[in-house]
Amino acid sequence: MIYREAGQFKTSYEKDSQIFPIAQDRYAVVALLLIAFVAVPLMATPYVFSAILIPFLIFALATLGLNILTGYAGQMSLGTAAFMAVGAFASYNFMLRIEGMPVLVAFVLGGVCAAIVGIVFGLPSLRIRGFYLAASTLATQFFVVWCLTKVPWFTNNSSSGVITAQQIEILGFKFDTPQEKYLLVLAIVAIMALMAKNMVRSTVGRSWMAVRDMDVAAEVIGFRIMRTKLTAFAVSSFYCGVAGALYAYCYLGTVEPEAYNLDVSFRILFMVIIGGVGSILGSFLGAAFIVLLPVVLSVIVHYTGLPNSVTSNLELMVFGALIIFFLIVEPHGLARLWQIGKEKLRLWPFPH
Amino acid sequence: MQFFFEVLIAGLLSGVMYALVALGFVLIYKASGVFNFAQGAMVFFAALTAVGLQEKFGLSIWLSIPITMVVMVALGFLTERVVLRPLVNQHDITLFMATIGLTFFIEGFAQLVWGAEVRKLDLGIADEPIEAIMNSTGMLVSKFDVTAAAICGVLVAALAFLFNKTKIGRALRAVADDHQAALTVGIPLQHVWGVVWGVAGFVALVAGLLWGARNGVQFALTFVALKALPVLILGGFTSVPGAIVGGLIIGATEKLAEVFIGPLVGGGIEGWFPYVLALLFLLVRPEGLFGEKIIRRI
Repeated sequence: MIYREAGQFKTSYEKDSQIFPIAQDRYAVVALLLIAFVAVPLMATPYVFSAILIPFLIFALATLGLNILTGYAGQMSLGTAAFMAVGAFASYNFMLRIEGMPVLVAFVLGGVCAAIVGIVFGLPSLRIRGFYLAASTLATQFFVVWCLTKVPWFTNNSSSGVITAQQIEILGFKFDTPQEKYLLVLAIVAIMALMAKNMVRSTVGRSWMAVRDMDVAAEVIGFRIMRTKLTAFAVSSFYCGVAGALYAYCYLGTVEPEAYNLDVSFRILFMVIIGGVGSILGSFLGAAFIVLLPVVLSVIVHYTGLPNSVTSNLELMVFGALIIFFLIVEPHGLARLWQIGKEKLRLWPFPH
Repeated sequence: MQFFFEVLIAGLLSGVMYALVALGFVLIYKASGVFNFAQGAMVFFAALTAVGLQEKFGLSIWLSIPITMVVMVALGFLTERVVLRPLVNQHDITLFMATIGLTFFIEGFAQLVWGAEVRKLDLGIADEPIEAIMNSTGMLVSKFDVTAAAICGVLVAALAFLFNKTKIGRALRAVADDHQAALTVGIPLQHVWGVVWGVAGFVALVAGLLWGARNGVQFALTFVALKALPVLILGGFTSVPGAIVGGLIIGATEKLAEVFIGPLVGGGIEGWFPYVLALLFLLVRPEGLFGEKIIRRI
C-alpha cells in the first residue's frame, strides 16, 4: 500500500533509466539526506558525532569499496585496511609536500594512489581466485603496513612513525568541531555512495557482475576480463583510499600505520557480509551494525558490573556468536531483510 | 657457509612447525571444503587449556594433555554440530566468515576461562644444541626443534595412514571429492565431518603444545594461523604432503631472507616475505605444488 509502484509510468528513456526509478525511493533518499544534513547536526552531541556517526560513515565508505570488489566483482580481499592506509598516508604527504594543496584534492589524490596500489596487487586476480586470492591480498596488508613503518619518508621522518593530520580547511573555512567534520564526511560519503549506486548499474558495473557470476562465460561473450577485474580493484581501492584519508583526518587525527591493521580489514569484511554482499544499502547497514554493536555491548556489560577483562572477552564472544548467528539465520545480510520488508509493505494491509 | 646451513636448518625446523598448523587447515579443507580460519584460535585454545589445567588443578602435564585432547575433540564435534550443520550448502565465503566468527568466540572464551596473561609451558624437552652435531660439524641444532620435527613426522605418517588405509579415511576422501555422491552411497556426512573436526582439534593441540613450549602460551599464538596461509598456497589446499613441503620451503626461505636480505632493507621482512613468495609462486602455478588442477567449465 505504502510502497507500491503501480501507476508510475515511465514515458521517456530518461525516466526509465534514472537512479531511483520508484518515486518512494527517491523521496526516501531525499528525506534521509535531509535528516542527515539538517536534523542530526542540530540534535546530536559531540560524543555521538565523534564516537558513532563519523566512524560509521567512514567505515560505510570503506565497506562500499570492499563491496564493489567482493560483492559486485566477486574478488575476495583481506587487504582493505592496506588500501585505506595508502590513501591516508598519500593524502598526508600531498598536503605536506605541496604548498597550498587543497585538502579535498589531496583526498582524491590519496584515493588515486590507493587505486594504483590496488591495480598492482590486483594483478594476481587474473590468475587465481577464491581463497588463494584472499590469502594473497593478505600480502598487500602486511607489505603495505611494513613499508609505511619502515620507510621514514612516508611518515615525514617522525621517530615514532606517527603522523598528525593537518588542519582541514576548505575555501578558508576551518573544520574543527566534530559537527563540522561530520558534515564534511557526510557530504563526501553521500556523493560517493550515489556515484557507486550509479556505477553498479552502468556498463562497468554490469561487466563486474558478469565476471563475478562466471568469468569464463563473461569472457566468451566479450567482456575483457583483465580490464574488468582491474577496474574493480582500482575503483574499490579508490573508495577505500578516500575512506582511509577521512579516517585519519576526520576521526583519528594522529595515525600510525598500525591503525590500519588486519583487524580493520576483517571488520570491514564483516560489515560487507552482515550488511549484504553486493548491495549499496547493505554497506551502510553493515557498517552501522558493526560500529554500534561494541558500543551497545559495552553499555550492557557495564551495567552488569563485571570486571574489565571479563567484559572485553565477553564482547569478543558475543561478537563471534552474533556473526555466526547472523550467517545461519540470514546469510544474505541485513539488506535482504530490508528487501523482505519492502515486499511486505507492497502488499500491506491486504497480503492476499 | 656454515652459517648459511645453520640458518637453513633452523628455518626448515621452524617450517615443520608451520606445516603442523597448515595440516589442520588441509584436513578440514580436504574433507568439507571449508577454509577453517579458526585453526589458529584452536591452537591457542588447546595450549591455553593444557597449561590452565596444570595451573588451576595442579595436574601433571601428562594428565592435562589427554584431558585437553578430549576437550579439543569435543570442541571439534560441537563446531560441526552448531556452526557447520546449519550452514550446509552455503557459499564458501559464508562458511569462511562463520569460521572467523568462531575465531572471535574461541579467543574470547579461552581468555575468559583461563585469563589472558602469558604463560610458560614446559614439555620437559630442553631447547639446547645437540652436542653430537655440534662436536662433529660445529653447527648449532636445537634439540627441541628436532624433537618437534620428529613428532610432526609421526603425526603426518599417522594421518597418511588414516587417510589412505582405514575405512574412515576412505569415507573422508569420498566426502572430499563429492558430498552428494558420498551421501548417495551411504556415507554419513555429518559423522565424517565431526571426525574431521575432531582430528583437526587434535592436530591443533599438538601444534599448540609445541608452539606454546617454544614461544610461551600467549595470544600471539593465534597469528601462527596466518603464517600457515602461504604454506597452504605453496603446497596446495588439498594436499597433506603439500602442507609439509610448503612448510619446509616457507620456513627455510623466510629465515634465509630475514638473515641475508633483511639487513639491506631495514629488517622485519619475515612478516610479509612468505606472502610475497607465495604470491609470485601463484602466478606460475595457481593450484600450488600438490594441489588438484582446477578445471572450470561453463
